[in-house]
Amino acid sequence: MAAFLIFVPLIGIITLNLPFRFLRRFAYGYAITVAAAQAALAIFLPLPLWNRVLAHFFGLERLDLSADRLSLVLLLSIAIVMFAALQVGCFTIRSGKRRFEFVNLVVLAVTGLNGAALVHDLFSLYVFLEVAAVASFTLIALERDKLSLEGGFKYLVLSAVASVMLLAAIALLLMSTGSTAFAAVHAALLGSSNPMARIAVASFVAGLCIKGGLVPFHGWLPDAYTAAPAGASVLLAGIVTKTTGIYTLIRLMSSVFGPVPQIQAVLLFVGALSIIIGATAALGQKDFKRMLAYSSISQMGYIVLGLGAGSALGVAGAVFHLFNHAVFKTLLFVNAAAVEEQTGTRDMDTMGGLSARMPVTGATSVVAFLSTAGVPPLAGFWSKFIIVVAVWSAGQHAYAVIAVLASLLTCAYFLSMQRRVFFGVLAQEFKDIHEARLAILVPEVVLALITIGVGVMFPRVLETFILPIRSVLG
Amino acid sequence: MIVDLLILTALLIFVLGAAMKRDTVKAAIALALASIMLSVLMFRLASPLAAVFELSVCAGLITVVFMSTISLTKPLTVLEEERLHLRGRHFAVLPILVLAAAGLLVMVGIPTDLALPQAASAQDVRSVLWNERQLDLLGETLVILAGFFGILVLFKDKPTGVGRTGAAWLKAERFRKEKSDETTKVESNQPDPAIRV
Repeated sequence: MAAFLIFVPLIGIITLNLPFRFLRRFAYGYAITVAAAQAALAIFLPLPLWNRVLAHFFGLERLDLSADRLSLVLLLSIAIVMFAALQVGCFTIRSGKRRFEFVNLVVLAVTGLNGAALVHDLFSLYVFLEVAAVASFTLIALERDKLSLEGGFKYLVLSAVASVMLLAAIALLLMSTGSTAFAAVHAALLGSSNPMARIAVASFVAGLCIKGGLVPFHGWLPDAYTAAPAGASVLLAGIVTKTTGIYTLIRLMSSVFGPVPQIQAVLLFVGALSIIIGATAALGQKDFKRMLAYSSISQMGYIVLGLGAGSALGVAGAVFHLFNHAVFKTLLFVNAAAVEEQTGTRDMDTMGGLSARMPVTGATSVVAFLSTAGVPPLAGFWSKFIIVVAVWSAGQHAYAVIAVLASLLTCAYFLSMQRRVFFGVLAQEFKDIHEARLAILVPEVVLALITIGVGVMFPRVLETFILPIRSVLG
Repeated sequence: MIVDLLILTALLIFVLGAAMKRDTVKAAIALALASIMLSVLMFRLASPLAAVFELSVCAGLITVVFMSTISLTKPLTVLEEERLHLRGRHFAVLPILVLAAAGLLVMVGIPTDLALPQAASAQDVRSVLWNERQLDLLGETLVILAGFFGILVLFKDKPTGVGRTGAAWLKAERFRKEKSDETTKVESNQPDPAIRV
């Protein structure tokens, strides 16, 4: 069953690219169906059925792909972000050819991300992350103007450096433990104090921090997010960076390396640094998407902070914040895309009072920003709360205080954004704009409802979503 | 042992040359020489299959691809050469960094008593690849597919050069339509009628 999440998109891409023109019309519908099916499966299919041998049909059972609770959370996030990215991309790109290329690249990236969620081997994980990365480089540079190529190139170079570090780490781990499967490496690392294994773990974590855009390796992130076309930014910010960096870190910390105190200390420090620097940098931005990019860096710091706390509660909080961030950051980028399409600019200083003409976009951006800042009862409040509690009970009082105070900074830059863009007097040149088209309003409303729903129904979410994750990490 | 150290030193020198040389052709050749050194090392470590792949793909095919790409670029102008020369000074610190890193590793202590797995014969490699690492083969096929798409998207036709956002594009289009008298059909830029709001 799990293997279908890789093969169905792959067969779809091959079919769509056969030399028959009429197939191109089906690209968008096909991709949306894949996203909807993946979301439905992730929510409704019980876990044992995921790993059942439905795949006996094609001999697929020989592939070592299976899901656990952590994978299901990620697969649901991937499906939601893919839906939003397709809506934004297909309805803001004018050229039909470009749109077809965009859909192909998104499906390819999602195939890679699905594979990364389902494998249980270090090298296979690396290969599927590379699939997503190569698709992302091309997505960023899709419009092929100078800024996009520059942003894509920066991401390419830094991602290549990170890949080298990952590969070196995998090679060292293979040499010291004799295998690359998660379980085997975990068992072999438990007893040993091999210096090579330690260098390997350090190299792995450093590579993943580069891929995840954590400070001080975040140089590529603002340029890549800003320069990418609207749909690509949604996909990148919503799920690609999270999966290639943070999710892989969570998976490795829980299934392979185990709780290593030095790494936890490093993660706590890097997390706190990312929170502060991301939030401070976001305060001074004029470009809407650039501000959101720095905000992403800051929120990923929270996830890493929760991971560094070391307890099962911390990891559960980190995973929950990963899902929440996928939802509210995607919503913010969809809003940015809607605003950019209607006004033709991303410069916040020239905008003003847009919510008079774009009420839905304005309202959903308020929901998203309140969730990001951690205002109850929205979803973001709960995940941040769990992370702060986990960090505090791990004895790291200073880091917990930093996390709480940084919420004030988050509130500050978002309020500044809201004031400049949506509230206030409508700028003269924009008095003829209208609300974003329905195709972009749908993901806005859906994402806002998810944010509100998850927050309000938190007790239900706690039992079905968060507590089971702790059993994964037992 | 000595021979291995010599090959490794040569490898390091060629790799530094590839990173520091300002002429791209010379850098590509240095990279090819580094790949050759690496494949010699692999032969010495009793992995002929890996060595042959390294030689034919990295030292051969990749160098050909680099050379053909370089042949598509324009030669540098005088101003660009000057700027390149000035910027190139930064890279002089690279060999020093490499030697410092090597010294650090020696001090930290690289264990030499590794229980290395037995080098696999050609038959073993094929059976491992097809029977145990199928998922990686699938993944690598996907990477090649992604790379193929990248080349198609980025290199197939000329960039349009118009503004990227919908509104800016629409303004540019209206302006262009007003300016020209005859109806120019920009076919590839028409919104696809199959996709409706």
